[in-house]
Amino acid sequence: MSTIADSITDTLKESAGYSQDNYLRAGYGLRSWLLTVDHKRIAWLYLVSITGFFIIGAIAAALVRYDLLAPQGLLDASTYNRAFSLHGIAMVWFYLIPSIPATLGNFLLPIMIGAREVAFPRLNLFSWYLYTCGGIFVILTVILGGVDVGWTFYTPLSTLFSNSAVIVAATGVFIVGFSSILTGINFMVTIHKMRAPGMTWFKLPLFVWAMYATNLVMVLATPVLSLVLLLIALERLIGIGVFDPKLGGDPVLYQHLFWFYSHPAVYIMVLPGMGVASEIIPAFAHKKVFGYKFIAFSALAIAFFGFLVWGHHLFVTTQSVYASMLFSVMSFIVAVPSAIKVFNWTATLYKGSITYDAPMIYALSFVGLFTIGGLTGLFLATLSADIVLHATYFVIAHFHYIMVGGTVSAFLGGLHFWWPKMTGRMYPEIWARFAALVLFIGFNLTFFPQFLLGLAGMPRRYFSYPPDFQSLNVLSSAGAVVLGVGYLLPLAYLLWSLRYGKHATDNPWEAEGLEWQTTSPPPVHNFHQLPVIKET
Amino acid sequence: MPTTAAVETPYEQFATIEQQHEAARLGMWFFLATEVLIFGGIFTDFTVYHMLYPKVFAEASRHLAWQLEAYNTVILLTGGATMAFVDYYAERQKRAAILWFLAATILSGIAFLTLKGIEYHGDYTDGKVPFIPGGYSYAGLDPQHAKLFFNFYFLLTGLHAFHMLIAIALLVLLWVRTWRWRQPFAVKRMIIIVGMFWAFIDVVWLFIYNTLYLINR
Repeated sequence: MSTIADSITDTLKESAGYSQDNYLRAGYGLRSWLLTVDHKRIAWLYLVSITGFFIIGAIAAALVRYDLLAPQGLLDASTYNRAFSLHGIAMVWFYLIPSIPATLGNFLLPIMIGAREVAFPRLNLFSWYLYTCGGIFVILTVILGGVDVGWTFYTPLSTLFSNSAVIVAATGVFIVGFSSILTGINFMVTIHKMRAPGMTWFKLPLFVWAMYATNLVMVLATPVLSLVLLLIALERLIGIGVFDPKLGGDPVLYQHLFWFYSHPAVYIMVLPGMGVASEIIPAFAHKKVFGYKFIAFSALAIAFFGFLVWGHHLFVTTQSVYASMLFSVMSFIVAVPSAIKVFNWTATLYKGSITYDAPMIYALSFVGLFTIGGLTGLFLATLSADIVLHATYFVIAHFHYIMVGGTVSAFLGGLHFWWPKMTGRMYPEIWARFAALVLFIGFNLTFFPQFLLGLAGMPRRYFSYPPDFQSLNVLSSAGAVVLGVGYLLPLAYLLWSLRYGKHATDNPWEAEGLEWQTTSPPPVHNFHQLPVIKET
Repeated sequence: MPTTAAVETPYEQFATIEQQHEAARLGMWFFLATEVLIFGGIFTDFTVYHMLYPKVFAEASRHLAWQLEAYNTVILLTGGATMAFVDYYAERQKRAAILWFLAATILSGIAFLTLKGIEYHGDYTDGKVPFIPGGYSYAGLDPQHAKLFFNFYFLLTGLHAFHMLIAIALLVLLWVRTWRWRQPFAVKRMIIIVGMFWAFIDVVWLFIYNTLYLINR
């Protein structure tokens, strides 16, 4: 935390020639960061903390891929269970969910709508402290020996059988849930009430529309997650029996409640990525985005239908077959607005004068990988196919294409795209293009073999497997190494650029949007003069 | 009391005071939506098990102290009315009236929790507390599954009482801030928000009372 802060501030002290009156120069010590209510600085707090959890989650993933190098498993079963559980918990709740909303969203949302701040700046900082507090519980879980129930905390394993630190881990997730609820409320109110005069709903950048849909889901789904985690803790502490068959409770009810949150949560993770792609693609195709209203409304449609598909996680449980049919149909319907977006992005590229700067490579990776992830989701939404593919590596590959191929690519793309605005410095373009390609190749090497493994019938969550599956597993683990390099490169050169990068102009990409009308980096209250909102 | 012609000024992120008021109120509405979903989740669970074990739940429900809670309902609704008066006088900046009605609201909350405590104590002596060792000797229909009913009863009323505690603490804080009267406008704004929370607690209670106590009579 402090090293990056110091590095930024050191840089700024000695640099000249660009906007001196900016938010990074508003204060220098650690206090000025930890007690800040500036949304731009809070974005940095989140960026540093989610990077920390990304590293924790990545180490756990490395353990998983290491174990699967050999059919008999190179770790013991219980260590393996703890490794993939930590991977899931750290990556889903402490990296993916806050990734784009809490960093890029925090930084850009008020600027994009022409506001001086978010509606509730102190609440914004409080959200970060809640996040940190939840994170401490996760680290505590690791110290206590880890948790072995996966990121899903399925009952009755989590309530009756597991001897690991379930309550501590659940408490961490419970707390971080309130962090996302409060961030969601804050951003929703900001979008509703803080828009600059003339910034009507249909002039909002598509990133803001995506954030609106995301925050709607955050606010409406997360409370249910909090509730089920509370029930799990109560079940373990005093045996209230809601999920315990001995008392007449139903473990499957847990899955219903959990996925009522966690399926919409998938859209919390991917909608912001779609928003980032909708900003980057027009900027580097040098064209107005095609079908603005379709992209905007499809974000809302995804948020809405996303609430009605949770049952597709329960096709092989006691759920009635008629309910399953309905959930299957709804899952196909939710694919339609996603497809609309993909068509709109492609139509934006059509006859554009495309430049392949690093953010664009990331955005194109996002579109391609998201499309594969989305289409394989339809396999899983098909009742008969799901019975074969359920709980195999096909599912793992499917959601990693969306979460990692999609969201992480979009996150990195967005980070590069807005890096000049956030830091006032350019990243090294050649390295960035190289890293984007390494990431794309490494990602496909890691996860495409897992589609094949899943089709061949390799189940997920096992530490060992029949020797026939070894070659594909080795390929996947080798790919993970390439993927790791693809992540380390940006970490290295972005840190380097904080001190040595070229100074950025106010609008290096010649892109549209209010954030490019202010200085790089922006002043404390975002604008030196009232931004001009174009009549369209 | 407000002698100087003070003007309410917004926080620096807002352009006008109206914008600030609207933002605060909208934020509270969103927050209440999350509360609805938390309680809604429990009501959903309760409904599922009510359908699975209708007779067991119906009989267990008839063992609850519905008369006592009828008094409590009246007390809570009265508290809702006094809070509405607090809101009314806050708008008009009448310090003394705010203090009196706030005190009445706080009292209604304390009375509610006291009766709740008496009810819980009665439940304990009757043996209707499944999660305390030795606290369960229910002799009605199917005591094993009736445990689920009583657990839901404690979960819902307990979560509600927890909300009451937080609300009472906020009201006491408001009382102190009104007593001091250093920032009358800030007090007014806080009253509006806490008043919404208080009203939510009232409404949730009506659902709890009907679902747990009355629906099976």
